[in-house]
Amino acid sequence: MTPPDQVPKPPSPQALEPSSAQDLRTSIDTLSQPPDGRPAHQQPAWRQDFPIDWPQDQYIERRDFVKFLTLTSLAFTVGQFWIAGQSWLRQRGPALPALRIAATSEIAVGATIVFNYPEEHDACVLVRLSADEFVAYSQKCTHLSCAVIPKPDEGVLHCPCHEGYFDLRSGRQIAGPPPRPLPKIVLERRGDEIYAVGVEVRTA
Amino acid sequence: MAKPGHLHFFIDPSRCIGCQACVQACSECDTHRGESMIHLDFIDRASSIQTVPVVCMHCDQPTCAEVCPADAIKRAADGVVQSALQPRCIACGNCVSACPFGVPEVYEDRKIMMKCDMCYDRTSIGRKPMCATVCPSQALFYGTGDEIERLRPHSAPINRFQFGQQTITTRVFVMTPKGLAGLTPHLDVTAAMDDDAPARPLTLKMADPFDEVELA
Repeated sequence: MTPPDQVPKPPSPQALEPSSAQDLRTSIDTLSQPPDGRPAHQQPAWRQDFPIDWPQDQYIERRDFVKFLTLTSLAFTVGQFWIAGQSWLRQRGPALPALRIAATSEIAVGATIVFNYPEEHDACVLVRLSADEFVAYSQKCTHLSCAVIPKPDEGVLHCPCHEGYFDLRSGRQIAGPPPRPLPKIVLERRGDEIYAVGVEVRTA
Repeated sequence: MAKPGHLHFFIDPSRCIGCQACVQACSECDTHRGESMIHLDFIDRASSIQTVPVVCMHCDQPTCAEVCPADAIKRAADGVVQSALQPRCIACGNCVSACPFGVPEVYEDRKIMMKCDMCYDRTSIGRKPMCATVCPSQALFYGTGDEIERLRPHSAPINRFQFGQQTITTRVFVMTPKGLAGLTPHLDVTAAMDDDAPARPLTLKMADPFDEVELA
């Protein structure tokens, strides 16, 4: 029984002001008490990880914050080197095998031929723009990998999934959501035959 | 901001007239707009019209927070236990089962527990909770210890409750008759649930409304 004049007062804000982490934990003892009533240092470790009270829950030690900043910056730095390394490896990779696509006589001006290069499932498309001009691109849209449809009459490659458009001469995106140009297939003319000899991946 | 330390919540169930004003006022609180967090309970509806307003008692050992598996129930520095944090609450209902006072409620439609938070938007800036501002009989009173002593000379506030093996101290006080409060160190709630509790110091004889009345 507590008479009104001895009504227990919640600790004043000053009393909650921690001078160190340890002080904070002891002052918190005056707030939510564990059911067994034992002091903080006898409590299981999870109580410090999942505190009930706001001051303890929202308290971040300066050392923890600095640790977080350092490790996060380190992770970003390592990530940059990782990206650079991947890019370097890609450029240094073994030359792709040459693949015969078609003879020039097999493809009319304005016609297209679908082929797979460099792997079995990498669909590509070859377009004959004029008597001497051939272009070939990967058919995978750079947005979400739908197959692009070449439209030589309009001078574009059209992706019907999200209305993406690429320029037929350069493979660069000209409308819609695609973020990057289509990978360009490097072509080589050997006599009357067209060969694919490499893939030029472009980022912008 | 925090609740001023000199202001306390006092509940006097014997003054409750069951008018439901607190229930209506509660639903206008900005921390839980449109939902009333107060439970106006009938003690024994068959034999009495006595009601009791139940608000969160804001325990010093919040059982709801102890049992929360999602770490969603937090207590402010001034001792006010808050509603479940929306991103964390999984609406499991552990707190509902655990709370000795039966305060938290799970709203199945929005998958969250909400409870009385002593109108934290108001009390944290020194205002009274909604229910205490409207209670016509001041069964719900919010003020200083001096005020309650002056206004209720025959009652004394207690904040220690016994539920079986569990002793709980709360930030909210319940007014008891002064003589009774002097006898017991705490209010034994589970014993009070037993009608024929032998150690019960105070009994109220109620007239049976279904008794046959002889007409002269």
